[in-house]
Amino acid sequence: MSSHHSALAHHFDSLEQQREASTFGMWVFLVTEIMFFGGLFTAYVVYRLQYQAAFAEASNSLLTWAGSVNTVVLICSSLTMAMAVRSAQVDKRKAIVVFLLLTILLGGVFLGIKAFEYYSEFKEHHYPGANFQFEGADPQHAEMFFSIYFCMTGLHALHMIIGMSLLGVLLVQSWKGRFNSQYHNPLECMGLYWHFVDIVWIFLLPLLYLFGANLHHGG
Amino acid sequence: MTAIPTNRTAIDSPTPAVTSDRELPRRNYLNAAYGLRSWLLTRDHKRIAILYLISVTTFFFLGGFFALLIRLELLTPEGDLVGPDTYNKLFTMHGIVMVFFFLIPAIPAVLGNFLVPLMIGAKDLAFPKINLGSWYVYNLGAAFTLWSIVHGGVDTGWTFYTPFSTTYSNTYVISAALGIFITGFSSIMTGLNFIVTIHRLRAPGMTWFRMPLFLWSMYATSLIMVLGTPVIAITLVMVAAERVLHLGLFDPAYGGDPILFQHLFWFYSHPAVYIMILPAMGIESELIAAFARRQVVGYKVVAFASVAIAVLGFLVWGHHMFVTGQSMYAATVFSVLSMVVAIPSAVKVFNWTATLYEGSISWSTPMLYALGFIGLFTIGGLTGVMLATLGFDVHVHDTYFIVAHFHYIMVGGTIMAYLGGMHYWWPKITGRLYPQFLSRLAALLIFVGFNLTFFPQFILGYLGMPRRYWSYPPEFQVLNVLSTAGASILGVGYVIPMCYFLWSMRYGKKAGANPWGAVGLEWETESPPPTANFDVTPVVTHGPYEYGPRPALAAKEAGVV
Repeated sequence: MSSHHSALAHHFDSLEQQREASTFGMWVFLVTEIMFFGGLFTAYVVYRLQYQAAFAEASNSLLTWAGSVNTVVLICSSLTMAMAVRSAQVDKRKAIVVFLLLTILLGGVFLGIKAFEYYSEFKEHHYPGANFQFEGADPQHAEMFFSIYFCMTGLHALHMIIGMSLLGVLLVQSWKGRFNSQYHNPLECMGLYWHFVDIVWIFLLPLLYLFGANLHHGG
Repeated sequence: MTAIPTNRTAIDSPTPAVTSDRELPRRNYLNAAYGLRSWLLTRDHKRIAILYLISVTTFFFLGGFFALLIRLELLTPEGDLVGPDTYNKLFTMHGIVMVFFFLIPAIPAVLGNFLVPLMIGAKDLAFPKINLGSWYVYNLGAAFTLWSIVHGGVDTGWTFYTPFSTTYSNTYVISAALGIFITGFSSIMTGLNFIVTIHRLRAPGMTWFRMPLFLWSMYATSLIMVLGTPVIAITLVMVAAERVLHLGLFDPAYGGDPILFQHLFWFYSHPAVYIMILPAMGIESELIAAFARRQVVGYKVVAFASVAIAVLGFLVWGHHMFVTGQSMYAATVFSVLSMVVAIPSAVKVFNWTATLYEGSISWSTPMLYALGFIGLFTIGGLTGVMLATLGFDVHVHDTYFIVAHFHYIMVGGTIMAYLGGMHYWWPKITGRLYPQFLSRLAALLIFVGFNLTFFPQFILGYLGMPRRYWSYPPEFQVLNVLSTAGASILGVGYVIPMCYFLWSMRYGKKAGANPWGAVGLEWETESPPPTANFDVTPVVTHGPYEYGPRPALAAKEAGVV
């Protein structure tokens, strides 16, 4: 009987009710995350409308190839995450472990490339503050772009790091055989979170990396 | 007393504790386990409510202490008690403590925590660990804010307006902002917990339209907490980051726009007003129904009005910014939308009043607070409509008229209802009654003291006394003295319940399961309830306020037909 499952908390009637509650809770949490990032997106929209040209110039100085490779890496990690959940649903313990490990690895690759980007931007003094330098028509407002760029990508990277730590915990639990077709909602919730972080990046790529190139041709 | 079982598993045993009507249940959530550890690591929503009660009460009296100093300074026209800088810090800390550490968490985290599972017939909230975590997060945030208070305070006003907060203020802005940022997460955790609990843990038969109106308002409140709080969180992070890293996001020197901060701030902080008042309205519906012995008139309308207020509340933030130079078009739209919020609010007031009609009214202490709430909230709400009117707002902007208006909503509304709710559910929480005469006297003192404190401020503001000054021209003194006198009465009124509540915990008469003869699942279990809330999961077969037939009214209606 499912009501005697060791993972069933005392205040739920069934594992099914518990699963529904935690998945629903995760969705609500993701809504709060959208609002959290929303503040920065608002700032981005307001200043980009005001300083379109400076933002385009600054955007063009970013390493578009790095952003694009990272997009592919992140989408692959979402795939491996989904495969991990699927493996739990079909009771393949080893596959869960392998796919979680792959997800963490791909997350690491993403952060590595991101770190390289930050490094090259620091080398060119493209970080806001007293040492900021930018060879363009409007360095002052290019600096605003970089302020927002570092805030947004930094917050995104922070979400990646938190996600990878949680993946680590799940990895250990999967190794010990905690998840199976009956009980795997922590994996499912983790999957939702990981896909959300992926989607945020899907928005960041065009807004930060790509829009400048487009404008450049126009004017 | 070896008879009291401390074994946790015993609570789930099918045999209920045998109690007579006026005996405390042998086993309840208060004596289920003893020791500090059993409280600090509890996952019982009722115990967490008590933990929150202790925290928010502490902050209420801290915020009250700052208010006391403010009123003492304003007793005389000269700035003689404190200097201007200290005065700036006083009203800032009064605002921060009262808004973020008392008003926002008070009703949801104390009464909401205690009642949501009881009212829907659940054993606990959906995520008990997150619930306990939220209390620790609250206290961590409080610690940061206390740190800035102890080190000399903050002087930006509770609104943290840029560029003063980001560039010019030399006070402890970062730790105060960080404290509010952290505490915001406790409110998100509470809201998330309530939403999931109300969706997924209702007892069999507890349909949406059989839920007490308190739950509808808690649900609407939770929506605001979940949608609004993250925005203030990221905004305060941006302020702190700007102070440390000089990002220029709100600094005109870098092309930043200080007004953007105001938009982001009020996008949360206006709906936050509804985080404070919606739970109060929920309590009001419960009290009116229980003490008029009637079903709340227009139950569905009142329920949807809560949701409408939550939704509309997100569309009116610009009315805080009528004098910032926003476009006339934007100002007009915000003005009209602000007036629209008055409609669902007024619907509620009319429905409560209609519920009293032909009701069998008893003048118990909670009812005194409930009636006081209707009057004070109406004054606060109507002056709100005045302020939503563009031309009038420009005249009284940043004067004491505003101060009086929002205190009528927050103190006259929220705190009246909170105290009414505490008096109503105290017998459920502790199993004990408090002295009736003294509690009625305190309710009266609070009502009189409150009006004496804040009504003169409407006149002061209309005459042009600006807010946030430590001294004022001598012609304003009479009204200010009245206000300070009222504040002292109000202060006494708040201390009395504190004393008799504490007294009643040991010496109060035993209440029995249902001292008010009220309906609702929370009154069907024992007082104080067992840890699992109900010995048998209740099955709900009827609506929330079935108070039997009222012969007089039925006859009258029959006569009309």
